[in-house]
Amino acid sequence: MKEFKIIVLAKQVPDTRNVGKDAMKADGTVNRAALPAIFNPEDLNALEQALRIKDKDSSATVTLLSMGPGRAAEVIREGLYRGADSGYLLTDRAFAGADTLATSYALSCAIRKIKKFDLIIAGRQAIDGDTAQVGPQVAQKLGLPQITYVEEIVEVAKNKVIVKRRLERGVEMVECPLPAVITVNSSAPECRPRNAKLIMKYKHAATLTERQDSSEDYITIYNDRPFLNIEEWSVTDIETVVDQLGLSGSPTKVKKIENIVFQAKEAKIVTADDTGINDLMKELIENHTLG
Amino acid sequence: MNNLFVICEIDNGKVADVSLELLTKGRSLANDLKCDLEALVIGHKLDGIESQLYLYGTDTVWIADDSRLDPYTTLPFSSIIVKLFQEQKPQIALLGASSYGRDLGPHVSSALSSGLTADCTSLEIGDHEDKKNSKTYKGLLYQIRPAFGGNIIATIINPDHRPQMATVREGVMKKEIYSETYKGKVIKIDVNQYVKPEDFVVKVIERHMEESKVNVKNASIIVSGGYGVGSKENFDLLFQLADVIGAEVGASRAAVDAGYANHDRQIGQTGVTVRPKLYIACGISGQIQHIAGMQESAMIISINNDPSAPITSIADYVITGNLEDVIPRMIKYYKKNTK
Repeated sequence: MKEFKIIVLAKQVPDTRNVGKDAMKADGTVNRAALPAIFNPEDLNALEQALRIKDKDSSATVTLLSMGPGRAAEVIREGLYRGADSGYLLTDRAFAGADTLATSYALSCAIRKIKKFDLIIAGRQAIDGDTAQVGPQVAQKLGLPQITYVEEIVEVAKNKVIVKRRLERGVEMVECPLPAVITVNSSAPECRPRNAKLIMKYKHAATLTERQDSSEDYITIYNDRPFLNIEEWSVTDIETVVDQLGLSGSPTKVKKIENIVFQAKEAKIVTADDTGINDLMKELIENHTLG
Repeated sequence: MNNLFVICEIDNGKVADVSLELLTKGRSLANDLKCDLEALVIGHKLDGIESQLYLYGTDTVWIADDSRLDPYTTLPFSSIIVKLFQEQKPQIALLGASSYGRDLGPHVSSALSSGLTADCTSLEIGDHEDKKNSKTYKGLLYQIRPAFGGNIIATIINPDHRPQMATVREGVMKKEIYSETYKGKVIKIDVNQYVKPEDFVVKVIERHMEESKVNVKNASIIVSGGYGVGSKENFDLLFQLADVIGAEVGASRAAVDAGYANHDRQIGQTGVTVRPKLYIACGISGQIQHIAGMQESAMIISINNDPSAPITSIADYVITGNLEDVIPRMIKYYKKNTK
């Protein structure tokens, strides 16, 4: 039987949902070090959809592709612990400063190099930018059809998928030929947890850079167990037009970043007891805010 | 040539509110730039649609009408827009940050290698000086949006690529009729010249859309809950209060992410923007991304057990206490004082 190959795009993001008071530096810039780096939540929803295909079809394989700094290998390990088969990390200073267009370009070049795939699945958007642009732009660059806002991959047949899209006011069932790019919403089922056996199997999975400091006899385990290798690609490993990468490949530029200071109002303090609330409700009714 | 385009979304034969809001904003930006405002409508059975668009000051309405263009799928829409933009060379193109605009916009911008900024909360025209290359740019579109989970506000520009593209959420811009008598012209697009047969490979096989029952955007009083509400059960308290005082229930993103409320209630940069006469914020800390969507409320009451929550800085009334105590008291004393 022919192998059904799925690529899942995953991004490591700062956990912007749990921003503490030390998240901003005094000069108004973001203190990235104060934010934990996590697997982008909707990319986990995407991974789950891929793993569900694998559950039903033993010929299916799931490959993760991430772009980011060296430590983004963590999201690939995280994916392996949950059932993915392999991973690629695209990492190079040449990619730095990329907006969504330059990011999509780099990812599409890496996907071209992976070459064989039937389906690409990504989260709808990443929580650090919330743009939802990379999925559709990867599809456009690869000349593939796209389906965004997917809640469930309902059926995978030989050369097509049927998916359910969750939109603002309802659902849509869509049929699409393969290969295709699908982006998954957070309304899709949560990703399964790490699997204890897979943690044992993949806990030494690492990129070449991560292994550099390891001792000689440690290195041999990677020769014996090639599945522990997280493939690491730099700009020279993929075919690109360099000026379409990173900052120079980004049409959008950040002109200004500011911390918003709200016009502070003189707030009236209302005590939470019966008298305080009674007076407040009376006032709101009398000035016709209520009733 | 080099005009400002709004890509309009059609909903049940009507132009979507978000598109009319963008035409209103687009008209004022076009006036600043001294260029025309053009609207592009793609769909089926669009006869007479231009009359809805002239009211908002549209100079040219482009119509692509074909039975294959309803319902929406990405590829044919993108093909039409990309080819039309290559011919017309707009300087700015705006679209709603709905699922439609967020699906279509990036595809178009990738094909044109133009920049696209998602979910802008403000759009302005301004200049830019590139000191490194000693180049001055006049009349750029400043695309202003919260970033980084709403912790900072960024101004984005596309100095060298056209069109400058941006999406804006429904409710962020105000919809205002420009002139009852404004008249523009219609240009019909010959669809077959713009699409390829292979653009129609994706098929919508079933569609269930409902009129949204929740109408947070137009409510005059909103009781809104954040992560601090603590549970879906506690959210019932908000519904009880809303029911008694005739309000709609809203939610912050954190509350929606936690599953306390549905997404159609979300207020903030990634939800809807509201301007009610009274906004009661329950257990909402007040991240910028939320405040961006409600700060224009005429009156804000914050109920929070943390007296130093950022939301207190924009609140008119601050009640420090537990929702479980405060909300039942509000219900009790509202009833008592309206008798």
